[in-house]
Amino acid sequence: MAYSWNWQVFLQPSATGEGTYLAWLFEGFKWTIALSLGAWLIALLIGSIVGVLRTVPNRWLNKLATGYVEVFRNIPLLVQLFIWYFVLPELLPVDWGNAFKQTDPLLQQFLSAMLCLGLFTSARVAEQVRAGINSLPPGQRAAGQAMGFTLPQLYRYVLLPMAYRIIVPPLTSEFLNIFKNSAVATTIGLVELSRQAQQLVDFTAQPYEAFIAVTLLYVIINVTVMSLMRRLEQRVRIPGYIGSK
Amino acid sequence: MTAPELQQRRKTMNFIKIASAVIIASAFSTTPAFAQESATLKKIKETGTITLGHRESSIPFSYYDDKQQVIGYSHELMLKAVDGIKDNLKLAKIDTKLMPVTSANRITLIQNGTVDIECGSTTNNLDRQKQVAFSTTIFVIGTKLMVKKTAGITDFADLAGKNVVTTAGTTSERLLRKMNEDKKMGMNVISAKDHGEAFLTLETGRAVAFMMDDALLFGEMAKAKKPGDWTVVGTAQSKEAYGCMLRKDDPGFKKVVDAALTKVMTSGEADKIYAKWFMNPIPPKGLNLNMPLSDEMKALYKAPNDKAFE
Repeated sequence: MAYSWNWQVFLQPSATGEGTYLAWLFEGFKWTIALSLGAWLIALLIGSIVGVLRTVPNRWLNKLATGYVEVFRNIPLLVQLFIWYFVLPELLPVDWGNAFKQTDPLLQQFLSAMLCLGLFTSARVAEQVRAGINSLPPGQRAAGQAMGFTLPQLYRYVLLPMAYRIIVPPLTSEFLNIFKNSAVATTIGLVELSRQAQQLVDFTAQPYEAFIAVTLLYVIINVTVMSLMRRLEQRVRIPGYIGSK
Repeated sequence: MTAPELQQRRKTMNFIKIASAVIIASAFSTTPAFAQESATLKKIKETGTITLGHRESSIPFSYYDDKQQVIGYSHELMLKAVDGIKDNLKLAKIDTKLMPVTSANRITLIQNGTVDIECGSTTNNLDRQKQVAFSTTIFVIGTKLMVKKTAGITDFADLAGKNVVTTAGTTSERLLRKMNEDKKMGMNVISAKDHGEAFLTLETGRAVAFMMDDALLFGEMAKAKKPGDWTVVGTAQSKEAYGCMLRKDDPGFKKVVDAALTKVMTSGEADKIYAKWFMNPIPPKGLNLNMPLSDEMKALYKAPNDKAFE
């Protein structure tokens, strides 16, 4: 294959005069981090609530939570993103829709992507929270009730502290996924890492350098997340359970 | 199936095709280069197959019609080039494989051998010439703006502080961002992933103007819900030469492609192809782009060349 390598390309001033191409990549890096962390907060918060609702005795709350999970888990992420970004503003009252569409495009793209990614992941987090709670021996629930705890107290003091510790490993996977999934935001034009790589390719015609650099950046992010989560896992492990020594 | 569903399915299929082609191509990428003769021609002769890269929504250059067939001005010229290759190799018939490409992946797919020739709306410029070769120029365009007739925008200066859309990875995007930076215009530049999406952004009111190659703007207009609402304005920011993209370091192949294109242009055949796509109603909506042959295009047809403008 006739390819001329040029690693200096990152130090060249960018075609649009906004600094070097390396600065472009870091701009993308920042957006990827901001998007993923924002989405992760939404996912943890809503995922926990929905996950708990899936295990409460009330049948209706149960069904509602199940419906939520099925909707967000079964529609492809890309389709959900397009719905949030393209479809929703058209369904809003015209004035609201227009107001949203006239704001800074970067803000529109970021908010749509963060909401989309957060809710999509929340359905998956909910399943893990549910699995964590269900994996506890039934005696724990019974013991809590015997102590006279109300339902919220039962969850707050008995079930959740155990469940969260058990699900740290699968939550780590979801946390990693959110960084990788954030690349879909490129399709609506957010200047995150994958988008910046594609831009670099088209302006410099050096695809291999660009994608190698971006791959490395994703690896750096994920290795960092992994090691942080592993530390957390060790600190909160429960003696006598899986994963503890 | 409704149109968006079809489109979605088509995109998924394309992805599968590209992904498998990339895997196969990388497995064979160690094939030794042939020093004297053209490696591409040799490959085409041995396999009896050529892979053509086309665009999915570059109206009227290369796009799908309502029967999911690839059509367009560039596409017809590409088929002429294939005829030339067939004659050169003295083959009775060449199987053509069609491979949709995007602005983002077209250069890589040419380089790694997935696609042998790409004719769509690819600008021949000096940066790209470091990685790929270009055939004789097939079209000359200027970069302008499409706006709503009622928006009161007549030129680039009116865009200060507004949302402007363009297609990611195009020369227009580079020019627009540079203009924004140099003149401190405070525009919000939206980079859509393809022309179709860029126009959707304009049509839904997310942006007040769409900067792109003039011929493509007319093409997008042909798809609009109400074509009469839109107009193309502004001083052309650059002149660009579209060429067919070929692998670099294969002058033998380029020579055959150039000869075929030159013959089409100098014989007057190209004038007919031009008229068919730019002066007559075209799919999907039967709109006439009404873009008369420019002086640059007349000069090109008289004396075909492969020079880049930038």
